[in-house]
Amino acid sequence: MNILMTVRVALKALRKNKLRSLLTVLGVVIGVCAVITLVNLGSGAQISIEKAISGLGTNLLVIFPGSVTQGGIRTGYGTVTTFIAEDADAILNECADVQMVSPLVTSAAQVVFQNQNWSTSILGADTDYQRIKNWPLALGEFFTAQDVKAATKVCIVGETVADKLFVKQNPVGQVIRIKRMPFRVVGVLTPKGQTAFGQDQDDTILVPFTTAQKRLVGITHVSMIMAYAVSVEGTAAAQEQIQNLLRHRHKIKKGDDDDFTVRNLADLTSVFSTITGILTLLLGSIASISLLVGGIGIMNIMLVSVTERTKEIGIRLSVGATSQDILLQFLLEAVLLSLIGGTIGIIFGMSITSGVSYFTGWPSPISLYAILIAFLFASGVGIFFGLYPARKASRMNPIDALRYE
Amino acid sequence: MAAFVCADQLHKIYQVTSDIQVHALKGVSLEMAAGDFVAIMGPSGSGKSTFMNLLGCLDVPTRGRLFLQGVEISSLSQKQLAGIRNQKIGFIFQNFNLLPRTSALDNVELPILYSKVNASTRYRRAADALERVGLKDKMRNFPNQLSGGEQQRVAIARALVNTPPLILADEPTGNLDSQTGGEIMRILKNLNDHYKITIVLVTHETDIARYARRQVHFRDGVIVSDQ
Repeated sequence: MNILMTVRVALKALRKNKLRSLLTVLGVVIGVCAVITLVNLGSGAQISIEKAISGLGTNLLVIFPGSVTQGGIRTGYGTVTTFIAEDADAILNECADVQMVSPLVTSAAQVVFQNQNWSTSILGADTDYQRIKNWPLALGEFFTAQDVKAATKVCIVGETVADKLFVKQNPVGQVIRIKRMPFRVVGVLTPKGQTAFGQDQDDTILVPFTTAQKRLVGITHVSMIMAYAVSVEGTAAAQEQIQNLLRHRHKIKKGDDDDFTVRNLADLTSVFSTITGILTLLLGSIASISLLVGGIGIMNIMLVSVTERTKEIGIRLSVGATSQDILLQFLLEAVLLSLIGGTIGIIFGMSITSGVSYFTGWPSPISLYAILIAFLFASGVGIFFGLYPARKASRMNPIDALRYE
Repeated sequence: MAAFVCADQLHKIYQVTSDIQVHALKGVSLEMAAGDFVAIMGPSGSGKSTFMNLLGCLDVPTRGRLFLQGVEISSLSQKQLAGIRNQKIGFIFQNFNLLPRTSALDNVELPILYSKVNASTRYRRAADALERVGLKDKMRNFPNQLSGGEQQRVAIARALVNTPPLILADEPTGNLDSQTGGEIMRILKNLNDHYKITIVLVTHETDIARYARRQVHFRDGVIVSDQ
């Protein structure tokens, strides 16, 4: 008997027991539907999380001056003074994947306003710093390129500083003293809160980096350079371009260590991707349990069916069916049940995914991969759980089977 | 020319449990010519059903040899035996053994499903077979919509549909009243007379056995008379 005939015989047999077939199929439908829905929603969540993280600044690259070796002694990070503002300009101009840069000069000082004082960190930055950090102002305006060029004594205060120094007054337009020099406050930053390590990001004062260099610290180099890649994907390329450029500019010979370090937040993204990937996998595995239960349902029904149809098996054997024909017939019944269930489950799963994403606004990529896996898994379940009952059927002795009542 | 059926010292021993054996056939030798009509009689447990099972290729003898049209059945594989059941043998049972919830036509088509025949030929042959037993107008009926006699006629049509040279009927009238039983026997007799199909019939009833040309009596696993 050929396969097509066997499929028709199997379908006929399933139709003879409509309710039973329907309930068996339902088990697989729920299993496949659960797998598809959870995997799709899981990868949707992954995408949302990745988006949220890239908002944190995954395009960000921070270039620290590195260590120099003097007479065999490695001096540690930050000891190089060859990092200059021109390096930052060169990075912006020559690295194709870099969109923005800002040299940074770090310092700390006591600041005084009238009878209040506060010790805080002073950060010398360029005008792009605000955009790189995506840090809007609550009041006032950011300092200008002109301020940077002229090393004007202007500053922008973080929220914490504003609270401590000005209490309830509007800081914009006031003059504070940093290291006894008068600085005019031109803006107040919006609160950004703490970093992951509990550092208060709002406890800071921004000044033009030239002002910090010349008036506050008295240096000509910069502490570090912050660069912003054109895209998350471009971060790695930007990093490489910066590395090559700086090695060239700092005349580092082939084989020698860099005198700088480029760090990025891509690691963070990959950590979160891993986490959401694990979550998706976890959800998928939990859902597969229901698929497994569905499979056991198929096996259960097929075993009942084989026993119930012992006589039919005997009749078929007596008119010339081989045990292979019987095996194939029952196996196909099981596979058909699970494939029908799989197809309906996929349709349901996709509808639920689209429904959920419609109401929650989560992205829901309909993953062809998940569909394929679910489909293969469903037929696998059919074969796996159908094989034992089918073998049982095919190994029946025709005489006993015919005599069975 | 070898006989149509040739049984040579057939033994069948059933191993019921590890220490209980049932010696159902104790050396049965028998020959049948093509076109013969043989009634096998004997009390229950005499070995007649066992003999029929061997003849029907549903089982293989423990010892001895059995030939059907010169082919030694006892040495064939399961798959080859299935092929012989399909092509050379038609079965008729006491309790009809039709598939429930399956139309008469589908029941008759069943043996053809297991041979390489296309769909239109299959339908034509099944319909022809039903016509021969006078049930063409009821071929869409399910078994539970047919009387006992009609069900047995469907079973005969099924046995005939692959035009086998041998039909084995195991108490075909056992579940029927004597009048319908007589009809069934006349159909079988007709098949034997006109189509030269060899028929082997197992029965208790001497009335039924009278339709056959030859009566073989079994007792305790051996043939006690052959006339």
